[in-house]
Amino acid sequence: MMNETRIIIAGFGGQGAVALGNVLARACMIEGKSVTGMVAYGPEMRGGTASATIVVCDDEIACPFVETPDHAIILNQQSLDKFEDSIVPNGLILVNTSIIRRPVRRTDLTQIQVAATEIARSLGSIKSANMAALGAFIQHTKLLRMENVERGMRELFGGKNPVMVETNIRALREAAQRFTLVQPKQ
Amino acid sequence: MEFHYPDALYNSHTHYCPGCGHGITHRLVAEVIDELGIREKTIATAPVGCAVLFYDYMKFDIIECAHGRSPAVATGIKRILSDRVVFTYQGDGDLAAIGTAETIHAANRGENITVIFINNAIYGMTGGQMAPTTMLGQYSTTTPKGRGKNGEGAPIRVCELLSSLEGVCYLERVAVSSPKDVMQAKRAIKKAFENQLAGKGYSLVEVLSMCPTDWKLAPEDALKFVNDDMKKIFPLGVFKDR
Amino acid sequence: MAEKILLKGNELLAEAAVRAGCQFFAGYPITPQNEVSEYLSWRLPQVGGVFIQAESEVAAINMLFGASAAGARCMTSSSSPGISLKQEGISYITAAELPCVIVNIQRGGPGLGNIRAAQGDYFQAVKGGGHGDYRLIVLAPATLQEVYDLTMNAFDYADYWRNPVMILGDGILGQMAEPVETKPYKPILQIPPKDYILDGCKGRAPRVIKTLILKPELGLVTHNEEMQAKYRKIEQAIQLCEEYETADAELIVSAYGIPGRVAKGAVKIARKKGIKAGLIRPVSLWPFPKKPFVKAAQTAKQFLVVEMSQGQFIEDVKLAMECRRPVEFLGKGGGWYPTQEAILEKIEQMLQSPKGAKS
Ligand SMILES: Cc1ncc(C[n+]2csc(CCOP(=O)(O)OP(=O)(O)O)c2C)c(N)n1
Ligand code: SF4
Repeated sequence: MMNETRIIIAGFGGQGAVALGNVLARACMIEGKSVTGMVAYGPEMRGGTASATIVVCDDEIACPFVETPDHAIILNQQSLDKFEDSIVPNGLILVNTSIIRRPVRRTDLTQIQVAATEIARSLGSIKSANMAALGAFIQHTKLLRMENVERGMRELFGGKNPVMVETNIRALREAAQRFTLVQPKQ
Repeated sequence: MEFHYPDALYNSHTHYCPGCGHGITHRLVAEVIDELGIREKTIATAPVGCAVLFYDYMKFDIIECAHGRSPAVATGIKRILSDRVVFTYQGDGDLAAIGTAETIHAANRGENITVIFINNAIYGMTGGQMAPTTMLGQYSTTTPKGRGKNGEGAPIRVCELLSSLEGVCYLERVAVSSPKDVMQAKRAIKKAFENQLAGKGYSLVEVLSMCPTDWKLAPEDALKFVNDDMKKIFPLGVFKDR
Repeated sequence: MAEKILLKGNELLAEAAVRAGCQFFAGYPITPQNEVSEYLSWRLPQVGGVFIQAESEVAAINMLFGASAAGARCMTSSSSPGISLKQEGISYITAAELPCVIVNIQRGGPGLGNIRAAQGDYFQAVKGGGHGDYRLIVLAPATLQEVYDLTMNAFDYADYWRNPVMILGDGILGQMAEPVETKPYKPILQIPPKDYILDGCKGRAPRVIKTLILKPELGLVTHNEEMQAKYRKIEQAIQLCEEYETADAELIVSAYGIPGRVAKGAVKIARKKGIKAGLIRPVSLWPFPKKPFVKAAQTAKQFLVVEMSQGQFIEDVKLAMECRRPVEFLGKGGGWYPTQEAILEKIEQMLQSPKGAKS
């Protein structure tokens, strides 16, 4: 349907792009929204980038694949190079400014700039950078309620690594207060 | 020693993962083809596997075959063009699982072809499933408890298996996990091509090769895996030389 | 409310098979369906079932021939090139009237093709595929809920009709995740005792399962006629289809699988814009649900077929309504995906310059 929100999340392998997608999908389920998710597969994964796409909707989802995302959550430079052009006109991009050195080239995009890796490092684990990015993303888009994102995270990882979950939640909350919004230059 | 980029190799980046054994073996094959001066009369088969893009790297005629069918396709080519050099380049899944029948029968007919067999004990292309050469206890995505716990049998030793066939001329197992091994691998590959030029029949070189990605090891540890683990199960050496 | 789970389509399909009592799986790795095997490699042993990574697709389908002859619910899974290799075995199993479930998570073809989703195996699936006169029951889910439900049903259909059932999906369906209500398995058919299996002739006359029938009359001809009679019965029994807003539709969009759900989205948008569009989405591809097409052709003026292939499914749509209305086509093979926007654009274009209007 028209009101489907299409999101891509990308980073290098190990940065947790896919885990971010899992948490987002789980949180959508908790909030009672329709959701589909897909992880890039096959030789697409070689060369180091990992990406996932998510579609969220209040109605049933018609189209589960994403070729032109509305929102992009970009965790590293290579992914910016790869996906910047595919975002819809006037879409939204979140960039992890801790490790992305070049500015976003497109001037029609709204930007969320967040130093996700630094925020995570200051909390004791750079592994939480993905959740910092998610925190800023949710805070700005209001796509879901933050408490449902936290619940999704607990349900997914709570059993395996409770300490990590607490760091993740702190990263989520901290980044929600510490990002810069750059409006399109038009 | 003079460094020179082999004529038989396009000067391009490969898509292989860091530390993969395919790239090294490609280079060895290219060097041998240069040294023998046979580039313009060589026809190779590309397998289905990580080396499926073989034709993007090698500068001679290449046909991409269905998974496992290279020996049959090579037979067809060689029987029509007996004065050309024909070789197959195949992974362990391609050669010793889905293509076992074609492999055994091309060998048994004594087809005058050369086979370069990459044994990395795993399915690289499809993401780390068990190969016919996966070792007992080795983990893969379809042997989550290690091979041998669920009736998978033990690894197939291709050189040993083929050594009983009358038609076979030459079988050697080499590795590319140390400089010394690489030198020996090149000698073996050269011999396998020379045999074909001399009309001596089926020659196969089995190359123990690294797959750090699907072994989930760092490139240095992958070298160690070949040297410490694989060589025990797959001893190097000549298994037949007629 | 039943438990809701979030799994990849391939994994969900595997789980549904286990819950439906699948006791035997054999398969050979191929993208984009590897997760079916990978999941069953640990899951089947948990319930005392058998998982085998076969040496090839040829071997895998013949392992099913054996497992089914021995009475087990069994399944194999592959993607396009691998399904081609299985055709000989499928013909044998069908001729022997043994049940099994075959999964095809289609990718781009022909040849080695690519690993994007595609629907180029339609003819192969619904017209027989291997040699001889036979049919597979072919089910085409469009959502993961349908993947779960239809996989379970597939085992019942196979056992009841003693015929292989194919689940025809594609790379998107196999790789995507979507929340699913995992109701416990409930048989949809009453399966008669398997009095044809080979389990040792203790206390009964020996049985033979074979497909070589040298004699024509009262032999292979009769066997073929009996199989055809069975197929006519299956055609009566299974006609699965989703119809959406067809009653007053002037234009009907038809598609199956993933394009079917995308088309539904396009129809919804069209309706919002005041366009009288409707959807017919066949869920069983053989038997093909003809009735909704015949009915819709009475009111709708034109049809649009959307498929991820070069024009295979469209032939059955035309046949179903005996070419009573013009049918336009939107489709490509090799990994092209239809979007709601593209379908909507085509709908609007068709309404502006209707085919057949000039003549
Ligand atoms: C008929 C068929 N079945 C399966 C596949 C999928 N497939 C592609 S490569 C491959 C195995 C590759 O393993 P190997 O031969 O060991 O080579 P490697 O990738 O390790 O170099 C498989 C199963 C296919 N392309 N065709
Ligand atoms: S997956 Fe393994 S065999 Fe394939 S390119 Fe990477 S290291 Fe080489």
